[in-house]
Amino acid sequence: MAIFAFFVSLVFAVIAKDEPRDQLRFGSLMFGGFLASAVVLGWLMYPFPL
Amino acid sequence: MRATAAEETQSGTLVLLCLASWIIPGAGHLWLGRRAKGLIFLVALPLMFAIGVAIRGRLFPFELSDPLVGLAALADLGIGAVYFIASSLGYGGGDVRAVTYEYGNAFLIVAGLLNMLVVIDAYDVALGRK
Repeated sequence: MAIFAFFVSLVFAVIAKDEPRDQLRFGSLMFGGFLASAVVLGWLMYPFPL
Repeated sequence: MRATAAEETQSGTLVLLCLASWIIPGAGHLWLGRRAKGLIFLVALPLMFAIGVAIRGRLFPFELSDPLVGLAALADLGIGAVYFIASSLGYGGGDVRAVTYEYGNAFLIVAGLLNMLVVIDAYDVALGRK
């Protein structure tokens, strides 16, 4: 999942921003958002059975 | 009103640019002189596709009877030449018993969809919108 998040963040950052600094900031934020939302959603789903 | 020769030439070039960008991820950006972006797409998208194949993802067939499978096949096709190379070499059969099957599918589908976004971005750059 982290590898998937890395690739998606990388491509979106390169598409959306032109300056390397902006790309790095945007990509890092997106990557962190992916990981954080996965952890949060995982915990939210924890009480529910399969 | 009829299009002028210059407009026709430009639209022909745009079609070629979009085709090149679809067939080889990042080729459109390389063509337009955006070398860094083009190289990143050229490496990242086929690598993402290769990971999808390696972890037993499936290249979906074009089955119109099952709309979701058909849409997944269209998304897979978005990666361009890599799709045809992989399927002609017999990769992408998928293994539904593998733990990583769904992850592989996500990699394959999203790699294709991202390449479609890259094509649209190259089109925008060529038109001077970006």
